Amino acid sequence: MTVARFWRRIPQRYNLIGTKCETCGHVFFPPRAFCPHCRRGGDLHEIQFSGKGKVLTFSIVHSASDQYAEQKPYVLAIIELEEGARMTTHIVCEPDEVYIGMPVKSVFRVLDAEGADGVIHYGTKFVPDE
Amino acid sequence: MVEVAVIGAGMTKFGERWDASLRDLCTEAGVSALEDANVSGEQIDALFVGSMSAGRFIGQEHVGALVADYVGLGGDLHTPATRVEAACASGGLAFRQAVAAVASGMSDIVIAAGVEKMTDVGDATDVLAGAADREWESFAGATFPGLYAMIACDYMNKYGLTREELAQVAVKNHYHGARNPYAHFQNEISQSTVMNSTMVASPLRLFDCSPVSDGAAAVVVCSLEKAREFTDTPITVLASAQAGDTIALHDRPDFSTMGATVAAGRKAFAQAKIEHKDVDFVEVHDCFTIAELCAIEDLGFVPKGTAGKFTAEGETQIGGKLPVNTSGGLKACGHPVGATGIKQVWEVVQQLRGEAGRRQVDGAEIGMTQNVGGTGATVVSHIFRRAC
Amino acid sequence: MVGIITYGAYIPRYRIKVEEIARVWGANAAEISGGLGVFEKAVPDYDENTATFAVEAARAALARRSVDVSEIRAVYVGSESHPYAVKPTAVTVGEAIGATPVMTAADYEFACKAGTAAIQTSMGLVASGMMKYAVAVGADTAQGAPGDALEYTAAAGGAAYVIGNDDPIAEINETCSFTSDTPDFWRREGEDYPRHGGRFSGEPGYFKHVESAAKMMMERRGTRPSDYDYAVFHQPNAKFPQKAAKSLGFTAEQIKPGLLVPRLGNTYSGAVPLGLAAVLDIAKPGDRIFVTSYGSGAGSDSFDITVTEAILDKIDRSRAPSVESMLNKKKYLDYAVYARHKGKIKV
Repeated sequence: MTVARFWRRIPQRYNLIGTKCETCGHVFFPPRAFCPHCRRGGDLHEIQFSGKGKVLTFSIVHSASDQYAEQKPYVLAIIELEEGARMTTHIVCEPDEVYIGMPVKSVFRVLDAEGADGVIHYGTKFVPDE
Repeated sequence: MVEVAVIGAGMTKFGERWDASLRDLCTEAGVSALEDANVSGEQIDALFVGSMSAGRFIGQEHVGALVADYVGLGGDLHTPATRVEAACASGGLAFRQAVAAVASGMSDIVIAAGVEKMTDVGDATDVLAGAADREWESFAGATFPGLYAMIACDYMNKYGLTREELAQVAVKNHYHGARNPYAHFQNEISQSTVMNSTMVASPLRLFDCSPVSDGAAAVVVCSLEKAREFTDTPITVLASAQAGDTIALHDRPDFSTMGATVAAGRKAFAQAKIEHKDVDFVEVHDCFTIAELCAIEDLGFVPKGTAGKFTAEGETQIGGKLPVNTSGGLKACGHPVGATGIKQVWEVVQQLRGEAGRRQVDGAEIGMTQNVGGTGATVVSHIFRRAC
Repeated sequence: MVGIITYGAYIPRYRIKVEEIARVWGANAAEISGGLGVFEKAVPDYDENTATFAVEAARAALARRSVDVSEIRAVYVGSESHPYAVKPTAVTVGEAIGATPVMTAADYEFACKAGTAAIQTSMGLVASGMMKYAVAVGADTAQGAPGDALEYTAAAGGAAYVIGNDDPIAEINETCSFTSDTPDFWRREGEDYPRHGGRFSGEPGYFKHVESAAKMMMERRGTRPSDYDYAVFHQPNAKFPQKAAKSLGFTAEQIKPGLLVPRLGNTYSGAVPLGLAAVLDIAKPGDRIFVTSYGSGAGSDSFDITVTEAILDKIDRSRAPSVESMLNKKKYLDYAVYARHKGKIKV
């Protein structure tokens, strides 16, 4: 990602800030500016997620794109945050630790870097919440 | 609306076409389709080309113009050419645009083509990841196999699908591919080949995944009325349906059900005014083995959670109750992304004309296609009948 | 009085044993562990660096005590392994704890004492009334060239301190420093690994500065070693702090709770901040803590600290993991995987 493209969402990526539609109660991460359920009837506000959630489904990725090749095999999962939003994320744990329903909590990690001389992208990943 | 028919179809051999460029592939498929349709360039009103990512695979945009130029529709004839993109559904969607152009009366004879030149790039995985949500899926480490693997994980957990049943999708598609001279892989494989292949993204192994292929396919459509001027065996387009869904898999209520396939399938059956039992075979989007199982369930052919057993019992092989992917599917025929949707139509044409050779479905009269973009954010489905 | 409002620590979960490193280089593990008093060291995960340690430590501090982050007006991160040569680690920390944008920030480097330098700066800003809170972090993914003596100890981790005037859990009674230009250890711009003066880093470096700063502190406060419940010294290995403590008159019992190096390795800028965090994990009101850091190049910062009642009722220490719990949660790596974790294998 280019510098600006990543920078634009730094607060959300670092601190798990999403949006909630006060009309229908749905919460969104990544944040949406427009409610896909209420459309123009939506009323979106920022929401701070607690960082707690659970694994809905997962895969151990053995064949990664160049960007993540260094970390393979890694655990990829879709998690549901306790407030209700769902997101795709790395789970930082051993491949044999993860299971459907596993409680997880957020941690601050390096997502990737634009090569050895480019910017480093930081953000939120998840670890087992023991 | 004007009734539309397919009057010609052509495709290149799919595979690692080291010798062929994107324009070479398009020319080969296009000329073959025109010869098959027995029409000349002057008669073509418009060209639609499906290409997912020529921009990132070979650094080439403006693919419509490039293809038109190299098939002889550019410089002298100035034929309008349009590139269509919906990730892996680009081909199916290009076909739908061609159908719409004829059905609306705007054009008389239209070519729909699809192409992808994938082997000229190093990191195809990253290019393909662009079919998902780049910022919130791919950037989080989601590869395409990883996303479909999460569908498989969810599906296995919900429905008790076994690894062996899943493997049978690939075994069956290789069986079909071995009977298709245009297929990327023309060898039969055993269940153990699949089960012992390299893990790509658990539970999906290498032989659960469609390959990186080069290839192109093209079909010619016109009004059913006009079709008789060119062929004795026009293939009628009974239905053309398209549906959408959230770009990211994580925003779907049920990862194991592709909502856009359900919606497109319903629309297609309603348009065609036929029932599931009338369909003799389907070409579905088996980019990964799990996707084929979801597809035949979500189109309504078998109840949710039963496609694995249905497949393991041989019902999706030629000779079974519902032959699926007689071309070999994406798994064995290959998956040059933009070309796949057109190849599906090409296979339907072969089958409905009775020209499918060793993979012919006996007495095939009605065939259906389902072409998926991304993890199901775009689905295009068509139903065809052999014109009487 | 100015003091510690809250604190947090972070230690990654991977370890490598000294004997595993010795095996690779054909060295005698028993001799090395015997000589250094270090048996294993913490290793970062692939996606961890000084900035992620600093953020996790700062977040742990804020988890323990509810602090109005908009009143945090400064973030200083001390490290000799900042991920960027130019672009501050401190802004990433500020952003990740929600303290931006009305704050100042800077990265510090003074070999292994950059973390305590950050605490001193924060004290000055708070004591002067310029701000209510400042955050000081010491963290490192310490560098040591493959095969070098430093490789046996260079570890990973860090700790963060919120400094303020308002009900501190520990008052910092005084701080003083002893500094000179002494080239005992250095890393030139653009070089991957530091070099050192071997045994020269001992007497003219570590011992001269640590003992001078410590004596200066006790003279100023009119105290003796026995007045303190705990003492934390910089710990590049276990031998140096033990020897310095003994020569100053501190007992083995006083330094034991803050002596993490045998199980953690040398976390450079994180070492004294982590040692102090381990003491605060178990401290009770009235406990007096003596702290002296050391940074090559060279200098020492000394602190005289008294734990207050606030440690019982103003913070909830259980809301973030203790140093001891993080030391115990570990997974061992072999040298090859460790080398991959540390980015020593170029691909």
